[in-house]
Parts: sequence; structure tokens; C-alpha cells
Amino acid sequence: MFELLGIPPQALFGQLLLGLINGSFYAMLSLGLAVIFGLLNIINFAHGAQYMMGAFVAWMLGNYLGLGYWWALVIAPVVVGASGIVIERLMLSRLYHLDHLYGLLLTFGLALIIQGLFRNAYGVSGMPYTAPPVLAGGQNLGFMFLPNYRAWVVVASLVACFGTWFLIEKTRLGAYLRAATENPTLVGAFGINVPRLITLTYGFGVGLAAFAGVLAAPIYSVNPNMGADLIIVVFAVVVIGGMGSIMGAIVTGFGLGIIEGLTRVFYPEGSAVVIFVIMALVLLVKPQGLFGRPV
Amino acid sequence: MAEAARAAQTAPLLAVRDLEGWYGESHVLHGIDFEVQEGEIVTLLGRNGAGKTTTLKAIMGILPRRSGSVQLSGRELIALPSRTIARAGIAICPEERGIFSSLSVEENLMLPPRVLPGGLSVERIYELFPNLRERLSSQGTKLSGGEQQMLAIGRILRTGAKLLLLDEPTEGLAPVIVQQIGRTISQLKREGFTIVLVEQNFRFATSVADRHYVVETGKVIDMIPNADLDANIDRLHSYLGV
Repeated sequence: MFELLGIPPQALFGQLLLGLINGSFYAMLSLGLAVIFGLLNIINFAHGAQYMMGAFVAWMLGNYLGLGYWWALVIAPVVVGASGIVIERLMLSRLYHLDHLYGLLLTFGLALIIQGLFRNAYGVSGMPYTAPPVLAGGQNLGFMFLPNYRAWVVVASLVACFGTWFLIEKTRLGAYLRAATENPTLVGAFGINVPRLITLTYGFGVGLAAFAGVLAAPIYSVNPNMGADLIIVVFAVVVIGGMGSIMGAIVTGFGLGIIEGLTRVFYPEGSAVVIFVIMALVLLVKPQGLFGRPV
Repeated sequence: MAEAARAAQTAPLLAVRDLEGWYGESHVLHGIDFEVQEGEIVTLLGRNGAGKTTTLKAIMGILPRRSGSVQLSGRELIALPSRTIARAGIAICPEERGIFSSLSVEENLMLPPRVLPGGLSVERIYELFPNLRERLSSQGTKLSGGEQQMLAIGRILRTGAKLLLLDEPTEGLAPVIVQQIGRTISQLKREGFTIVLVEQNFRFATSVADRHYVVETGKVIDMIPNADLDANIDRLHSYLGV
């Protein structure tokens, strides 16, 4: 076998794959945050908790109702998205005329409450959730072993991200959403129900987080803290990509996952901080983010 | 004059009565009264800050705090949200044009939903504004000022709204574009649209309108039919300070 800069290819490609997997979650979560922030002006700190809820709903469906992974992939985003709609209607909608900070504080508080409730009920040790048998096993590609489930996660995440991109950039509904992000008053004056659009957008963003949570359930153990660990990195990804940019969130999510993976190969000590170093550099050079519009 | 007399006998399409409006704590409209017959073009004239734009915003329901009465074909609209007012058949072309930069020209054009049957076809809008057809995939705000204005007017013609509120459609545009917009507005009148026009360009206003309402410090203080303009020109000039 060949070696690259003294690194065995198994290690290199293994870390690249891991980076791609992490990048899949960064992309899906930062995409949801970007969509929500764009229209609602809310920095949704509950996003990590809602991702965790997705994984837990999948686990509960399996444990209590005997519904498997594929059901969970559909039901969990709908259930968690619906809980997001309730939160938007009852609480967030009262904050839109206030500063960003209030939405951030509210969703941060909600995240703490949700995580606390799940910690109280299920502990912190985590529960196993197995991938469906059809996705068990893997492929030996010669230079590396590719687990089927991980390949599926990357594909599903790409489909979810580009599906969302298509919905927002290429459809009539997406045009309403983009227009309402720019000027909600005028969009309302054209006869479009902007409050309902806002509610559905929040529900969609939350549902996307839950979808990511279901995808994550068989990889990471289903744990009340799984979202809290991830969301800090995701916020750094959003800052790097630029708040409110759809393609920026996707590209930055995958790109940073891969950069993180490569760092783990070439300079393992730096892998935990590389994203934050990049964030600091981007903030110095281009404060609006790589794909953000100038403010 | 016979036409005006006949119109006066029928119920107005738009009747604004004692309309008051506020920006936050500041009381801007102090009882606006005017009416518009179906098929008429009426202007609101007045100095800067008189309350003309605010009146259009209050009719459209985008001024948050307002009171009084705005009736469209006898239906009271004052307490309704702007999206419901739009669906009753009123459409606005705002002063700042409101072209969306994250939407293409075509998306901007297709954005306002059809609220009533009978709007112009997209093909007809391209006939009125041929420039738009060539720029469909451009970013909305990459158009020239004149083209943006055509887009802002064109997109509300599709919706089926019969009452158009146009806020300073000629502001900052070259004379040749102003003429084109003037011809289009006259054409729209022939096609049955009713138009309330806020205008600083007095000559433009007199070239298209049937009647002029003079607004001063949030009140309508006079009405001058365009046909009687010559006899009242000094009075109007003194109102406008020109």
C-alpha cells in the first residue's frame, strides 16, 4: 500500500470519512439555524436540544411502539417540528419586535429545560440505537473500510441539504421566504400570510434538526447531552459561513467537517480547536462570514 | 364634466373617512377624507412630510396604528391586517420600490399572489414593459432605477387588484422613463384600473390624473379636478409652495 506523507491511507481516509460524517451534521444543523435566523431573526439556541429530541423520539418510537428506523426518520422530524411550532406560536412570536438577544436567551433557557428533563428521565449514560439491518455491514474499498450506515448518513444529509436549498432557492414558496426575509411588511401587503410562513419555517428548521438527530442516533449513543456538545461547533460553523446564507451553511458545514478530519490526521492536537481558529480568522478578515452579505 | 358628474352619483370604489395615523407616538394623519371613483386616477399632492405616503400605508394596512374608516366598495378595511386588505383587491407600489435583491426579476414579478380574477397576463405586462422580458434572470436590484420601477408596477398588475396605490413612481427617474411610465399609467386607466397616485412631480401628476387632493399636515384641505386646473393653478401653487 502507498503512503502519503508518512500517513497510512487507512488512517487518512478513515479520518476523511469521519470528517465527512461530522460535516453532514454540521451542514444540516447550521442550515436549519441559517433558515431560522434569516426569517425569524432568532438565534435558535434550542437547536442542539431539538436535534437530541429527534434522536430520543426515534429511540422512544422503537422502544415503546416498536416502530423502526425508517418510521422514525419520518415521524421524529414531524413530531419535533410540531413541538417547535408550538414554541414559536406561544413564545417566540412575542419576541420578534425585540433585540436578537431576547430570542437567544429564551431558546437557550428552553434548551436547558429540555436537556434537564431528558437527563432526569433517562440519565446521561446514553442508550444504544441500532441501525436497520439493511444498512449493517460495510464495503471494503481496498484503501479503506466503508460502513454502509455512514455512507447512508452522508448521502441522506446531502439529499436533505440540497433538497432544502432547492426548496428555498428554486420554488415559489422559497421565493416567498426569501422575500419575507428581506421585507416582511411588503410581502404581507401583497396578501401573503407572513406569520404562518414564519411558523412553518421554524417548524421546518426544527424538523431538520430532528432529522439529523435520527441519523445520528445509531452513530452516537442517544444521550441528553448529544446536542449540547455539537451545537457549539455548529454555531462556529454558522459564524464562518455567514448567518442567513443557505449555500454557505451547506458548503461550510461539509468543508469544516473535512478540515477537522484532516487536522486529526496531520496534527491531532489541533483537531479540537481548528474550527474555532478558523472562526477567529474569518471574523478578523470577513466579519460577515465567508458567504454572508456585507452588513 | 358629464363623466365626473355621473361618477359622483355612484358609490365610490374607495372611500377614506377621518383617517388618522401614528408613527409610534407621533400623530401624522389628522383625519384624511377623500374618495375615488372606479376607473379614476386621483393624486395626493402636498409638500414633503404632509402625510401622503403615510396615507397610502394606512389604506394598505401597513401603518401599525390607524383609525377612522377605509372602505373598498363599501367593505370596511380599517381593522384588517394588510394581507387581508391585499386580498380585498388593493395593491401597493411603495416609494422605495421594494424590489427584492435575493429574488430574480422573474421571481419578483411572480411574487405577489393572484388575489382576484382578471389580473393582466404576464405576456401583457411584458408588452407594457418590454425591458423586463430581457432581464428575467437578473437579480432584481441589478436593474436600473427605471426598470426597477417598471418591475414594481408590473408585478402588482398580475394580481387582479383593481385599486393600485402608486407612491412617487417617477421619483429620481430620467424624463424619457417618466414619459413611459406616464403612458403606462394612462393605459392602465383605459384597462379599468383605479389609481391613487402620490406624486411630487406636479407636471407629471397633471398629465395623468382626473382629480387632485391637496394634503397638508395630515389633512385633505382641497380638491381640484384636473379639468379646472388652469383656473386654480395659483391656489395650487400656493399650497405646494412652488
